[in-house]
Amino acid sequence: MSETTTTTPSTDGATRGQQLSALWQDYPLIRHLVTAAIGLAVVIVVLTAVDDFQATKLTEMAYIAIAAGGLTLLTGLNGQISLGHGALMAFGAYTTALLYDDREVGTPLVVVVLASVLVTVLVGILIGIAAARLHGPYLAGATLTLAIAVPEIGKYFDQLGGDQGLRLFVPEIPQWATDIAYYLTGSDPSRSKYVAFLAWVTLIVVFILLANLASSRIGRRWAAVRDDEVAAELAGIDLTRARVSAFVVSAAAAGAAGAMFALAQRTVGPLGFSLNLSLTLLAIVVLGGLGSLTGAILLSGVLVFLPQIVMDLGSGADLDATRASQMATLTFGLVMVLVILLAPRGLMGGVRALGLRLRAARAGRRTPPATGGSSSSGAAPSPTTDPASPSSTAETAEPDDGSTPITTKKGTS
Amino acid sequence: MLQFTNTALAGLVLGMIFAAFALALVLIWRSTRILNFAQAPMAVLTTYIALVMIEDGRPYWLAFVVALLAGLVLGAVLERVVIRPVEGKPDINAVILTLGLFIVFKSGAEVIFGTKLRTYPPTFGIRGIEIGDTTIGITTSDFFTIGAVIATLVLLVALFRFTDLGLKMRAAANNQEVAGLLGVKVGAMLTLGWALAAVVGSLSGLLIAAGGLVQPSYMDSIVVFGFIAAVIGGLESPAGAVVGGLLLGFSLSFVSGYLSAQLVALVALGILMTVLTLRPGGLFTATQGRRV
Amino acid sequence: MLTITELTAGYGPITALRGVTLTAEQGRITAVLGANGAGKTTLLRTISGLHRSTSGSVTLDGSTVTRVPAEKMPALGMSHVPEGRGVITELTVEENLRLGGLARGRVKADDLTRIYSLFPPLDERRHVAAATLSGGERQMLVIGRALMARPTLLLLDEPSLGLAPRIVTQIFELLKGLVDNEGLTVLLVEQNARSALSVADHGIVLNLGQVVADDSAATLAADDQLRHAYLGF
Repeated sequence: MSETTTTTPSTDGATRGQQLSALWQDYPLIRHLVTAAIGLAVVIVVLTAVDDFQATKLTEMAYIAIAAGGLTLLTGLNGQISLGHGALMAFGAYTTALLYDDREVGTPLVVVVLASVLVTVLVGILIGIAAARLHGPYLAGATLTLAIAVPEIGKYFDQLGGDQGLRLFVPEIPQWATDIAYYLTGSDPSRSKYVAFLAWVTLIVVFILLANLASSRIGRRWAAVRDDEVAAELAGIDLTRARVSAFVVSAAAAGAAGAMFALAQRTVGPLGFSLNLSLTLLAIVVLGGLGSLTGAILLSGVLVFLPQIVMDLGSGADLDATRASQMATLTFGLVMVLVILLAPRGLMGGVRALGLRLRAARAGRRTPPATGGSSSSGAAPSPTTDPASPSSTAETAEPDDGSTPITTKKGTS
Repeated sequence: MLQFTNTALAGLVLGMIFAAFALALVLIWRSTRILNFAQAPMAVLTTYIALVMIEDGRPYWLAFVVALLAGLVLGAVLERVVIRPVEGKPDINAVILTLGLFIVFKSGAEVIFGTKLRTYPPTFGIRGIEIGDTTIGITTSDFFTIGAVIATLVLLVALFRFTDLGLKMRAAANNQEVAGLLGVKVGAMLTLGWALAAVVGSLSGLLIAAGGLVQPSYMDSIVVFGFIAAVIGGLESPAGAVVGGLLLGFSLSFVSGYLSAQLVALVALGILMTVLTLRPGGLFTATQGRRV
Repeated sequence: MLTITELTAGYGPITALRGVTLTAEQGRITAVLGANGAGKTTLLRTISGLHRSTSGSVTLDGSTVTRVPAEKMPALGMSHVPEGRGVITELTVEENLRLGGLARGRVKADDLTRIYSLFPPLDERRHVAAATLSGGERQMLVIGRALMARPTLLLLDEPSLGLAPRIVTQIFELLKGLVDNEGLTVLLVEQNARSALSVADHGIVLNLGQVVADDSAATLAADDQLRHAYLGF
């Protein structure tokens, strides 16, 4: 982008820059793939640099981000709220655990992960159909019930390990992976780093898919349903289908996250999928800007690493790990409340809005010489494709018949 | 036969508690169209206040009353400071807000009081009542629970039906603008509604805690059961909330007594989905077509 | 009684009232007329404090009430009767009436009796939910409820809306009686100009938020040009 800001508009360099910029804006797939490649490189470098403990933390960050990414689409883009995503993760995790219940199992990892996703998708279809009829608080209550009920299934069935849960055996690191790792770093990869790598690759794959969906026609339909149901229906969008499909996609992400959870934890039990997990996911989505995938990743990182930071800060105050993580959750909750009160778009939403304003200002500066930015259509992305604009929900839903000091919320006829 | 009686009695007690909690949700829903998910951890906080007082050697019933008053204040302050700004905004803002408060209060309770299980002393005796030579599964404490919930109900009905204040509160809940035109201080009524709801929520928290073990997550499932009870009753109707609570209490008690305690939440989910699918307006409302 | 000076109000970028100036005289019925969207309802809402004005002033009996919130108005003697849809459906007829009386502190039994004698249909239906009332009964209820506060000034928003002509006549005659016998002041907003002018003493015509005519009801009713241009009869 920065090259388009050059103040001498008609030089060759600038034009090529603008063409590149247009390419970047008009073909999201290219943009996403390039981002992914860079991301992969960063992951490899980071994983090489960190120790095993940090690698475990990074794995945690990855599976939380994967689930949060799915929920971001559902809540941010489609406007459905779900407190059941922790429960959905459980389906993926239990599937992985059941498929790897023995040391001798040779099922390839990809198959196991896909199977976990598939199981979660099937569950997601069921829940999604039920959820599509529900709104706001009803949907929240129903999915909250799900979050409470699902761990109990695990407790009830002995085949699922009861209270203790299931142990699973993570397959050996394949030879080629060891070789590559040795070639890159000069040492054999540890198990935790291997799992961290798997989790981050999964994250990249899932996020490319999610980002492409979000900027595709399907994503625009989801946003249309979120912004104005009636208008969307008049425009020929099948509301139920749009809602169920959004739910299913986010369930798939939760399934993948569950699979990574299982590989990382190596035990899968009812305690892992408490209400707290579901609430945390929602908090990440809200703080990440209700629709921003980048926000979801960043906030997952904050959530996972914040306890450590809190602990370091509070080391004088004799803070243990549990206390620190409670403090972190408390901070999250507080910030969540503040965000809703002060900046309903979330943190990333605010950043986005600022970015858009800057870009608009730049576009404004650029347009006067007619030869300038005409080839670039990307100066101001259309609001419908911008996943970080749940604010439009707020705006359209506001009554415009009169901003009265006392608002009527009930019909009186 | 004895098992049946005991299960039914347990269901009655459980149902009363659900009813109280559902009532707290309904009180708020009616007036502000907000479902207060934070009701459960709010009750956790007030229960811990009472527990700490009791552990410090203060009188049991003083602690009980202080907890209820703490609920009153908490509810009022919350409405004034945090809820007021989202009233009239899209649903999702309020939902996320009360969930955020859920996190704040619950992790706040964890930070302040720790996650260790603590014993909360019972209100009265916890020995079953003896009839002839069989001991049935209802205790003096249970009688207190039932009595307390019924008394709360009677007081609320009296407030809403027979007092000017109750009339104003109902008017404010039903139509804010018109109530305002008639001189009703709508904001004050909403604050009062939240405060009363928080008292009732705190009561259910105390009743559940009494004679049992307490930790910050002990109300997690109650928010769900209370919600389901309220939905069965139609979310609008206080009477419906009570009947819904009792129905749910009996059903879950029988599931737990005859099948397995682990199936309770699952059956509750089933009941919720059935009600929402077949009678979205709740079982007891004449008006249909509520937007769920 | 009620004096409005250069009142301006709007919704965001839209201006609904542009410097409206008018007076409603003591013991008279003043009708504000105009087409849909002329700003009539906004005028009432701004007077009663439901809507904030951007400039101008409202004085009631010599004291300025421009920024007084709506909930304080009944105690000052001003009752705003919203359209017939403004009944509180969940309450019974009597509860609606009692609520009106509460604006003046306590509900007096005499007041209830008076309203029931003014509106016999309400008497028969004291204890049914207001939701079950017909359109005409609802209109009676909202007027009766406003009268419970013993107002000196009654603001009426489209009392004829959706009602059968016979009932409209009934309601207007009743208003006339109250004004003549009890010295009540009425500011009436109406789209139904013919009926309104038949009962009003004075008329004001609004168009696009501005006063285009301000004269006695008889003069307005006789002005053919005005009638065709703004009043539609």
